[in-house]
Amino acid sequence: MSLHGAIDVVVSDVVAINDLVKRFHFERPDGEPLPAFSGGSHIVIEMQDGETLRRSPYSLSSSPFRTTDYQVSIRRDDQGRGGSLYMHREVTPGMSMRISHPANLFALDKRAPKHLMLAGGIGITPFMAQTAQLRDTGGIAELHYGVRNRALGTYVDELSDRLGPRLHVYLDEAGERMDLDRLLSSQPAGTHLYVCGPAPMIDAVLEKAREHAWPDAHVHHERFATTAPGEPFTVELRASGLTVEVGREQSLLEAIENAGVNAPYLCRGGACGQCETRVLSHEGALLHADHWLSDEEHAAGEAIMPCVSRCSGALVLDR
Amino acid sequence: MTMSRIEPSIRSRPVYGTLSAVNATAHLCVADAAGGAALRELFTHAPPGFAARTEIDYVPGPEDHTDALRALAPARFHTSPTVPALLPRLVRQFERMHMGTQVYLAGSETLIGLAMKTGMEAGLDFEAMQTEHRGTLARRMQCVHCKGITEGVTTQPATCEHCGLLLLVRDHYSRRHAAFQGVNINAEDPTDVPAKEEIFS
Repeated sequence: MSLHGAIDVVVSDVVAINDLVKRFHFERPDGEPLPAFSGGSHIVIEMQDGETLRRSPYSLSSSPFRTTDYQVSIRRDDQGRGGSLYMHREVTPGMSMRISHPANLFALDKRAPKHLMLAGGIGITPFMAQTAQLRDTGGIAELHYGVRNRALGTYVDELSDRLGPRLHVYLDEAGERMDLDRLLSSQPAGTHLYVCGPAPMIDAVLEKAREHAWPDAHVHHERFATTAPGEPFTVELRASGLTVEVGREQSLLEAIENAGVNAPYLCRGGACGQCETRVLSHEGALLHADHWLSDEEHAAGEAIMPCVSRCSGALVLDR
Repeated sequence: MTMSRIEPSIRSRPVYGTLSAVNATAHLCVADAAGGAALRELFTHAPPGFAARTEIDYVPGPEDHTDALRALAPARFHTSPTVPALLPRLVRQFERMHMGTQVYLAGSETLIGLAMKTGMEAGLDFEAMQTEHRGTLARRMQCVHCKGITEGVTTQPATCEHCGLLLLVRDHYSRRHAAFQGVNINAEDPTDVPAKEEIFS
C-alpha cells in the first residue's frame, strides 16, 4: 500500500521507438479518463515478475491534456535490477497492470517567463509532457537535448515539430556538447532551469548553475531511480515483529512491501523523503544512495531511505 | 549584524537579512535613504572587482548617501527623486537583466517591497533577491475594504486615504501588492474611535 492508492489499467499499446526505448500506453478497463496530471509527473508501475513484486517510477511522457491514456517511455537497462527488462520482455497489449496515481516532484514553475530545459538520454521523458503542456498554455520552452547518436535520439522529430529552432540536439558520438557556461550566462531574468538525465550530467549542471549565481528557487532537477542491485542482507522490522531477506535484485523498500508491511513512499528514487525510516541498529555499513538526507545524517546512521539504500550486513529498522 | 528594528511576528510579515556580496557576473543594487548605508557596508566586505560589475539605483531621502555611493565607483550610478519614479526604470533594468545577476534591495520596506514586486513581475523568485531593512518603518497599506493604497502610514490605527475608514494596520503582508493589510477597526460601532499612536516611524 502506498500514499497513492492504485489504479487498475490495461496495456493498450506498446510501441518500439528505437533499439532501446519502448513506449507503453495504459487505459482504464472501462475506458473512463485517468486522473489529471501536470508535466513532470511520474507514476509507479507495479510489476509482478514471478515471485518478485517490483514497483518502479516512470515519468509520464504524454500530454497532460490527454487523459484517455497514460504513456511512459522506458529505456531498456541491461544492468538494472530488472524493472525495465520486465517491461520490455513481458508487457504486451491487453495485459492488466496496476499503477499509482501520478505525483509531480519536477513541476514547471508557471511564473517563469522562460523555461530552459536540459535533457540527457531517456531524461527526455518528463520534458515530453512539459513541452506539450507549454505548447497548449503558451509558455516559452527552450530544450537542449544530449543523445548518443541520431538513431537513439528518442522523440527528436516530434520535439523538432513542437519546438522548431528552440530545440538543440547534441550528438554524443559526434563529440557535441552543451556549452553550459554560455547557456547559463545568457538567460533572461526570471528563467527557470530544469535538468533531467544521467547523474554526472545533473551534477555538472547544478554545479555550473551555482557558479553562475543562479538562485536555488530557479533550478529544478530530477534524477532517475538508480536502484542498482546489491549484496543480499537481512533486515529486522522491529515494529512489525518480522525479519526478512533483501535479495540481490530487490530494494529494501520492496522487501519490506513483500513482507506485507505498509511503508510510505512517493518517488522511489531517493529524492522525495517520504520513505525515510529510523535505523535502530546496523551491523554492516549503511550504503546510502539517496539525495534526501544530508551528509551529516548519512554519517550519523540514524535514518535510511529504503527505496534506494542498502546495508552491507544485518539491519534493524523501526518499521 | 542586522540594523533592522523589526520585531518577530506572524509568518506573513516579511523579514530581512544583511546584504552579502556573492560571486556573480553582475550585481544590481537598489536602495533608498538609509539603505545607502547598507550598500556602503556591502561594498566594504565585497571581493575585489565588485564595483566594476555593479549598478546602483538610489533614491535619496532624509538620509542622503549619494556622494558616498558615487565615490564607490560602481559601473553605473543613478539617482531617482522618489521610489515610484524609480519603478519604470527598474522594470527596464529587470527586462535587460540576465540570470546570474544578483539583486540587492536595501532601505525602507516600501522600497524593498516595490522593487521586489517589480522583480517578481519579471519572473524572479522573491527568495532570489537579497534584502536589508534600514530606516523608516512607515508602511504602505492596502485597505481591504476599498482596495486603495495609502503610503507612508506611521500610526496605529490609520485612516484610509480613499474611503476614510479607520483601519487596524496588520502585519499581514501581500508581496503582490507590496502592502500591509488594513482592516476596519470599529465596524461594529463607528463612534468608538481609538486614539492613533505613532508606532511605525
